[in-house]
Amino acid sequence: MARLGTKWRYTGLAYLFLAPALLLLITFVLYPVMQGFRLSFFQYDPYTQSGEYLGLENYRRMWSDPEFRVALLNSFRYLIVVPIIIVLSLALAVLVEPLIPGIHFFRAAYYIPVVTTMVVVGITWRFIFSEDDGLLNMLLSRWGVIESAIPWMTNHRLVLGTVMMVTIWKGLGYYMVVFIAALRSIPVELIEAAIVDGARPRQLFWRVKLPLLWPAITLVGVISSISALQVFDEIFVMTGGKIREAITLVYYIYETGFDAKIGPQDYGYASAMSVVLFLILVAFTALNLFLMKRGGYGGE
Amino acid sequence: MGASDRRLQLYRMHRGGGDAADRIRMAVRYAVMVLVALFMLGPFAWLLYLSVRMQGNIYSWPADWGEFSLNSYAVVWQNFPIGSAFRNSILVALGQVVLVVLVASLAAYPLARYDFYGRDTTFLLILSTLMVPFQLYLIPLYVFVTKTLQLNNSLIGVVLPFGCSVFGIYLIRQFYATVPRDMEEAARVDGAGEFRVWWQVMLPLTKPAVATLAVFTLVASWSNFLWPLIILQDEAKWTLPVALATLTGAFVDRISYLAAGSVIAIAPVIVFFLVLQRWFLGGMTVGAVKG
Repeated sequence: MARLGTKWRYTGLAYLFLAPALLLLITFVLYPVMQGFRLSFFQYDPYTQSGEYLGLENYRRMWSDPEFRVALLNSFRYLIVVPIIIVLSLALAVLVEPLIPGIHFFRAAYYIPVVTTMVVVGITWRFIFSEDDGLLNMLLSRWGVIESAIPWMTNHRLVLGTVMMVTIWKGLGYYMVVFIAALRSIPVELIEAAIVDGARPRQLFWRVKLPLLWPAITLVGVISSISALQVFDEIFVMTGGKIREAITLVYYIYETGFDAKIGPQDYGYASAMSVVLFLILVAFTALNLFLMKRGGYGGE
Repeated sequence: MGASDRRLQLYRMHRGGGDAADRIRMAVRYAVMVLVALFMLGPFAWLLYLSVRMQGNIYSWPADWGEFSLNSYAVVWQNFPIGSAFRNSILVALGQVVLVVLVASLAAYPLARYDFYGRDTTFLLILSTLMVPFQLYLIPLYVFVTKTLQLNNSLIGVVLPFGCSVFGIYLIRQFYATVPRDMEEAARVDGAGEFRVWWQVMLPLTKPAVATLAVFTLVASWSNFLWPLIILQDEAKWTLPVALATLTGAFVDRISYLAAGSVIAIAPVIVFFLVLQRWFLGGMTVGAVKG
């Protein structure tokens, strides 16, 4: 009886400690999430704050909306950055893993883009990729590599690749740190044993270290693919949505919901697209977790 | 880690220990590292250069000293809402850090320490919100914050919705779990209430986790763009990313202004990172969700 009383006492205390967190979570996440699902079935008027029930109309509309199709396709295309990020950030981690002199300087240098505001990153790279007066075209033409300026940010075939490059540049340092931590958590004894067994440096990496890095690789894959599917800031700052062939899903959601320039704000349609994005992300995370489990147990 | 790093010794031994081929390999490694550093830092150097190079052909070289000036910084600070945006960004970032750290540390304590009804369910509920993308509830959140709470054009409206960091709760809970229970019990025997046990025993012992959470929150808040962009229409309330993105069009005829504004926007966060880099590079945040 006394013990039960204690548990009740601690239950009260616990929820007192948890109150601020739960209050914020319910008010600013759970409640809006419910509303988001609801809104996706409505035609919502933000001024009168009234809605007209449309059933699945907003979802049907996506099928026949060519802009939505472009945006969705581009969001998936953006996943190309994932394998590139994995390979390059792992290579960087291997490069700066040994604690040789000066290594902390290099690690810090590679991490600086991570802490830099995306808006500024976009502006900076615009100065470099700008067609008329950008640094890159200037250097390339001065060195005689190109004859006419390359429209890095205005040609609809190039622009997505250009923006992806910026995303990769900004993210590498972050994923590098994940891989450094993973590399350093490999037991020294294991590496020693492999060396004693006569493994060469290359074999040591491919046969011993790489299999043990599988969980970290999956983690980086999950995080980077989720953020690739949600890319927004880069597109906003570097293209301003002017290149219609290069809009992404989140950009289109933003535009539909908030950009007064392109017509009346349509919360219902934007919410329906958000629900689709959510379902894609859930499917993706589930797939990744499945792969992680298989890799974790099947890889030995 | 440190000078007597066993991995480094192994690495050296394995590479053949100081012969000529080894030295060449090491030189190649440093050369690659320098090239990558140029790629990572070069754009910043270009941004700095553009911010001090006055009008004229930015590519004419060599340039006179007279063509360089810090004038753009002064102009941008005074004539564009960069000064006020700077102040707003600092207020938002500090408020966000204090709120996130307090809320997460409080919530993590019972989750790590108490045996109470609904503990596992509550923890799972909290964790499950990690799966939800911000865009899913962006619009209803906007309606709720601006229409119901009337917090449009308010810095509180920028901070409040991100006050509960699920990653933070998870991180600090992990840390609390490593604190020996004797310390709490000793404080309780001395007559401390539960809140004081948390405040005077647990919180000081988890400084590394709190510091890690604080630095990541600060950087994420400093960079936060989409949310402030939609709820701050009043120029005087803009944060730095919003001011820069919105004013890009107005700036366009003077590259040096936009560059100077950008430098002002990132200088604090880069200095902050350089001073506290061990908390960023410590690897404790593996799995931290990017802001």
